[in-house]
Amino acid sequence: MSKITFEIDGKECTGKAGQTIVEAARDNGIYIPVLCWYEGMKPAGICRICTVRVGGRFMAACTTPVAEGMIVENEIPELEDMRKAIVEMLFVEGNHMCPTCEKSGNCELQALGYRYGLMAPRFPYLFPKRKMDATYTKIMIDTNRCVQCRRCVRGIVTKDGKHIFSMTNRSGHSTIVADPQLESKMSDELAKKAMDQCPVGAILKKEVGFAVPIGKRKYDVTPIGSEIQK
Amino acid sequence: MARKITIEPVTRVEGHGKVTIHLDDNNNVAQSRLHIVEFRGFERFVQGRPYWEAPVLVQRLCGICPVSHHLAAAKAMDVIVGAGTGDGLTPTGEKMRRLMHYGQTFQSHTLHFFHLCSPDLLFGVDADPAIRNVIGVALEHKDLAVQAVMMRKFGQEIIRATAGKKIHGTGAIPGGINKSLSDEERDEFLKGADPLNIDKMISWAQAAVDLFKDFHSKNKDMIDNFAVFPSNHLSLVRKDGALDLYHGVLRAVDSEGKKILNDVDYQDYYNHIGEEVKNWSYMKFPYLKSIGKKDGWYTVGPLARLNTCDFIPTPLAQKEFEQYKAYTNGKPNNMSMHMHWARLIENLHAAEMIKELLNDKDIQGKNLVTKGKKVNEGVGLLEAPRGTLFHHYKINEQDQIVMANLIVSTTNNNEPMNRAVTHVAKSVFTGKPEITEGMMNSVEVAIRAYDPCLSCATHALGEMPLEVSMFDARGDIIDVKRK
Ligand code: SF4
Ligand code: NI
Repeated sequence: MSKITFEIDGKECTGKAGQTIVEAARDNGIYIPVLCWYEGMKPAGICRICTVRVGGRFMAACTTPVAEGMIVENEIPELEDMRKAIVEMLFVEGNHMCPTCEKSGNCELQALGYRYGLMAPRFPYLFPKRKMDATYTKIMIDTNRCVQCRRCVRGIVTKDGKHIFSMTNRSGHSTIVADPQLESKMSDELAKKAMDQCPVGAILKKEVGFAVPIGKRKYDVTPIGSEIQK
Repeated sequence: MARKITIEPVTRVEGHGKVTIHLDDNNNVAQSRLHIVEFRGFERFVQGRPYWEAPVLVQRLCGICPVSHHLAAAKAMDVIVGAGTGDGLTPTGEKMRRLMHYGQTFQSHTLHFFHLCSPDLLFGVDADPAIRNVIGVALEHKDLAVQAVMMRKFGQEIIRATAGKKIHGTGAIPGGINKSLSDEERDEFLKGADPLNIDKMISWAQAAVDLFKDFHSKNKDMIDNFAVFPSNHLSLVRKDGALDLYHGVLRAVDSEGKKILNDVDYQDYYNHIGEEVKNWSYMKFPYLKSIGKKDGWYTVGPLARLNTCDFIPTPLAQKEFEQYKAYTNGKPNNMSMHMHWARLIENLHAAEMIKELLNDKDIQGKNLVTKGKKVNEGVGLLEAPRGTLFHHYKINEQDQIVMANLIVSTTNNNEPMNRAVTHVAKSVFTGKPEITEGMMNSVEVAIRAYDPCLSCATHALGEMPLEVSMFDARGDIIDVKRK
């Protein structure tokens, strides 16, 4: 496999052909924030929090392949502020109430909020009217918290390859739904996977909330990204 | 025309209280009322949420007594997930919950004593309010102030070790607990460097009881005659009649000690207890159905608990209890100021219980949760520091909460607090239609004896203005909603 040499914020990096910037950066111990991207899942370039600058142009690092001699700007004030703005937008666009959410401490949106030192968002809260969809058997979908990353749509499939989750409606009204038939046949493992892969607390596996004590949750001790950064 | 005098705000009570004193045509005090205006619309807010969220969600009701709400909701959810009540949990689940509860009782009773009660004891009720406060205590009685801080810290550390955080933890989950105690955590509490170890805490709790008794012996007149009126008393007691703050059966006695509610299971509390709405108050008035609306009101809290229980199951507190009971010849104690005495005996009991639980191997067990057949309704009761706390929920087929009914301690004490206020207002009234400094003082002292948590007296009535506040993990406000 051919080796590619490139640069992130002045640091010499190596990557493999076909790798995206996000993947190659991780291999080199550099954290580029992601939200819709998930290890092993086909990248979708939806959330734009991974935006980097290459040759003066803004690109989604999760979908752009690395190329020989690429000069990537990542942790620069302009980008960091834009990423923070995206996190703020996601907060005001939904109804996120961390103190009572069972995903607290394991939530990637919350963890990004902490990483970027989010205090009061610069945008007004929209308080959208959304609902808790409890009509399912194994899970609940709290659409108040969905950031529409579509990880569930892409990543959660039955053994015979059927997609359980999909998006209905358009733009501001788009909502995640599950196929009731397929959902009711989900194994416990698959339901747990759906909950774990959802970056926020939108997909809840029934009856298991708050099982992990405070102090033992994913981001209780170290901030998001620190597992990658060297 | 009848006249109305308003006193507000009641200082040193959390939240907002408003007192109105109603004079009759002859310029005598006819009645006085404590209006509790705080409201958080919780019972509506919780609708539609998954049931397992309730123990965490309900803590937002109140910044003062979140652990009580956390545990009462968890106990109701135990019933819903088929784990039964109280002793249905695994030994580790139940004992960790108890440890959390006694830890919070210890810090809450300590706070009440040193911040709200000790200024009156150390400086006298008539002292200048400028020194009769917690700052005054800190300046003049440094040792006591240090004790207060350390005792609270100890209680809060117990809460942290059991609930995960000092406020708004997640420890209690339906059917049990999400952690047990590690060796390090246990040893820290048992053998921590002075003063932060349980033996020191017990000795300080004992000293606080002694301080009160000393004050009492020198001020019998005030302590024994201030806001004394006959009342019924209600609390949970252990099945064998012992004082138990975490679990038990419901018992009520009248002012003479006759049992008027005889150790009933609280799952159908609504068959025994009604809630009356009065047009002048947002807070309901609970009463014993068997006695009726007029005379069925009752007192909850430390005074009531020591009136209902037969004994205290820890040695030092039991010794104090015997003295305390002897003072009224074994009859129920109806003296409002003796609430402080009772509270301090309970505080000593809480410290002893903490030690007992820390030394119990079960507290370090691995078996944390039990579940059985799910049902759609559950009731959780608890003796919160301020008195009996009722949580009642119903869920639908989809695991969503469809009904919540809460009766908080302060609501239970609504009528006795009003009586106490009326009583003192009458006794200090000079005949002139004016609010004197003495009246202000006495009304405050009477309310403080009940330690009302005005912050969580929340009973929802449909037409109430609705305000919900949200805080982030660090306690910063992130959201306020009004309706
Ligand atoms: S439900 Fe979760 S995983 Fe699915 S789109 Fe929404 S946030 Fe993403
Ligand atoms: Ni409260």
